[in-house]
Amino acid sequence: MSTSLTLFDKIWRAHEIHAREDGASLLFVDRHFVHEGSHHAFRKLAERGQSLAQPELTFGVADHYVPTRGRGKAIADPAIARMVSTLEENAARHGFRLFGLDDPRQGIVHVVGPEQGLTLPGLLINCGDSHTSTHGAFGVFGFGIGATEVAHVLATQTIWQKKPARMRIRFEGTLAPGVAAKDMALNWIARLGTDGGRGAAIEYAGSAVRALSMEGRMTLCNLSIEGGARCGMVAPDTTTFAYLENRPYAPQGAAREQALAAWAELVSDGQAEFDREVVIDAGEIAPIVTWGTSPEDALPISESVPDPARAASESEATRIRASLEYMDLRPGMKLSEIAVDQVFIGSCTNARIEDLRAAAAVLAGRKAKVPGLVSPGSSLVKRQAEEEGLDRIFVEAGLEWVAAGCSMCVGMNGDIVAPGKRCASTTNRNFRGRQGPGARTHLMSPAMVAAAAVTGHLTDARPLLEGRL
Amino acid sequence: MTGWTRHQGLAVGLPFENVDTDQLIPARFMSAPRSEGYGRFLLHDLRHDANGAPIRDFPLNDPGAEGASVLVARRNFGGGSSREAAVYALADAGFRAVIAPSFGDIFAGNAVNNGLLPARVSEADADALLAATPGDLAVDLEACTITAGERVIGFEIDPVWRTKLINGWDDIDLTRAHAQEITDFIAARRAARPWVWPHGVGS
Ligand code: SF4
Repeated sequence: MSTSLTLFDKIWRAHEIHAREDGASLLFVDRHFVHEGSHHAFRKLAERGQSLAQPELTFGVADHYVPTRGRGKAIADPAIARMVSTLEENAARHGFRLFGLDDPRQGIVHVVGPEQGLTLPGLLINCGDSHTSTHGAFGVFGFGIGATEVAHVLATQTIWQKKPARMRIRFEGTLAPGVAAKDMALNWIARLGTDGGRGAAIEYAGSAVRALSMEGRMTLCNLSIEGGARCGMVAPDTTTFAYLENRPYAPQGAAREQALAAWAELVSDGQAEFDREVVIDAGEIAPIVTWGTSPEDALPISESVPDPARAASESEATRIRASLEYMDLRPGMKLSEIAVDQVFIGSCTNARIEDLRAAAAVLAGRKAKVPGLVSPGSSLVKRQAEEEGLDRIFVEAGLEWVAAGCSMCVGMNGDIVAPGKRCASTTNRNFRGRQGPGARTHLMSPAMVAAAAVTGHLTDARPLLEGRL
Repeated sequence: MTGWTRHQGLAVGLPFENVDTDQLIPARFMSAPRSEGYGRFLLHDLRHDANGAPIRDFPLNDPGAEGASVLVARRNFGGGSSREAAVYALADAGFRAVIAPSFGDIFAGNAVNNGLLPARVSEADADALLAATPGDLAVDLEACTITAGERVIGFEIDPVWRTKLINGWDDIDLTRAHAQEITDFIAARRAARPWVWPHGVGS
C-alpha cells in the first residue's frame, strides 16, 4: 500500500465517477473533439433519438476530408463535400462549436485543441482518432476511441475504461543538435516494437523531455499509439503554463491562478511505482528513418536496410521480406541510397510552427530535387509561417504550400502518393497504402524530410544544418 | 448487439504480423454509410491487385475459405487507427472472432463493442492454429477455449470484455443507470475546478 501516485493515477482518480466491481470505471470526459469521420457515431445517436449531453464540452473540426487547395471555393468532389456538410449539419443540430472549413482557426484537431487552449493539464480528452494521445503533452489523459464509444461520449459525456498499466519512458541526457522529438519516438518504438507499450499509459520523463518545447512534446505523445500505448503524457511545467497563457479558451485571470495551483500537483510522486520503466540515453539518439511498413521498422540513417536472412525468427524474416517487397528495397543497401520521388511535410505529428521552421532551416536558399507538399497543421500555423516568411522558403525551394488539414497523412481528401511512388514524410504511419494505394512511405523528422527533398534521397540532415541552427 | 457464448465455424488464416486497420479497410471506403454493408471492403487492397482483380493465392480468396467466421493471425492485429470501420468490415463479412497473439488496443475495444471476439493466444498456439486453416474450430467464451480437432487451446480476454460479449451489453444503457452520479460529479467538478470549463463558453 502506497500513497504515492503517478501523474496518470492522479488524473484517473479525478475523473472516476463510478468503479464497477469487474474493474471497469466510468470516467468523466472534459473535452470531446469530433471531425468529419465521426459520422458513424452521429448516425448511431440519431438512431437512438438521443441528443448531445454536453454541447459546451464538444468541439468539431473539419480536417480529415478537407481539400488543401482551392479553399474558399465550393468543394468539387461530391463525396468529400458531403462529409464536410454532414459535420456542419451535426454541429448545427446539436449546438456544438465547429471550426469549419472556412474558419480562420480551422486545422487538424490535435493541433487546434492545444492552440485554442481547449487542451489543459489534468483533463481527460477523447476523440474518434487514435492520435488523441497528442494532447498528453499537457499532462492530459487523451486517447482515441471508436465510433460506438464516440456515440457513448456524445450521449453521456462519460466513458467506460479499464485502468491501463503504467509505464514510464525516461529520456536522460541531451539530444544532439539536429535530432528531434520524432527521433526520440521512433527510437523507443523501434526498440520495443509496435506492441511494446500495448494498452499502457506512458509517462515520458527525463531531462531530454523536460527540455522539449510543447511542439516537441506533442510529437512525442502523438506517436505513443504507434508503440501500441493507450496514451502518452508529460507532466506539465513552466513550459506548459507559458504556452497556455492567453489562449482563447484557456482559463484567464483568477481562474488561471486557481488552475495553476491545481496544475502544479500534476506530477508523479517521488515514490510512485510504474509497472514498467525504460531508460534511454538521449545523447545516443541519431536521426531515424523507417524502411518498412510499420513504425517499428525504424533505424538510424547511417544504417542499412535489414537482411531477412539475419532475422531472429522465421516470422520476423517473413515480415521483413514482405516489407522489402512492398517497399521495393534491397537487403543490405544503405538507407542513404534510397531515392525518393516526393516529400510531404504535414500531419498532427509534425506540422506545427516549430516543425515548419526546422524544415525551412534546411531548405532556405536551396532547391528541392523532387516535388513536395507542405500542409501546415492549422490555418493559424499557416498564417504565422507566412508572417515569418517560411512559405516563401518552401515555394522558392520548389515545394507546394497548401492549406491546413490531414491531407497526405491519410489521403482522404484526395492528396495521395501515386502507386509505386516513394515519399519522405513527416507523418506517423508508413502502413501499406496509408498515403494512397501502393504508396511507399518513409517516416522521419521535418528536417530529415527537407534534407531528402534537397538531395533527392534519404540522408542525414545534420550536415545540411551546419551553421543554421 | 446480441450476446453469445459459443461459436462454431470455419477458420481462415492470415499468417501476417501487424495487419493494421489501414489494411483491414483502406481509408477511401469509410465515407460509405454502414447500411450498404462493409464486408466487401475487408482487406481490399491486399485481396485485389492494382486492376481490382482478386489475387488468387490470398488466403481469404481461397474457395475453401468461403463462409469463414473466424480469422487467425499473427501479432499486433488491428494496430493503428481508431476506425471502427475495420471491425464493421470484419463483422459484415461474417466474422465473429479473431485469434492472434496481440491486438491493437483500440481495435480490440471496438471489436467487443460489435460482438466480435479478439482472442489472445500464445505465438506457438497461433502458429499451430494457422497450420490447421482453413478448418473448423469452436470458440467457447465461457471456458475461454478454442477447440480445433483434438486440440484445445486456452485464450485470454479481459474479463470485462468477456462479460460484455456474453451479455451483449450496450454501454449507453448501462451508463443510464448512473445518471444521478454523473450529474453529481459534474456539479462537484464544476464547483471545485471551474477552470476546467472552456473560457467564455456557457455559464
Ligand atoms: S493528421 Fe493524420 S494522424 Fe493526424 S488526425 Fe489527421 S489523419 Fe489522423
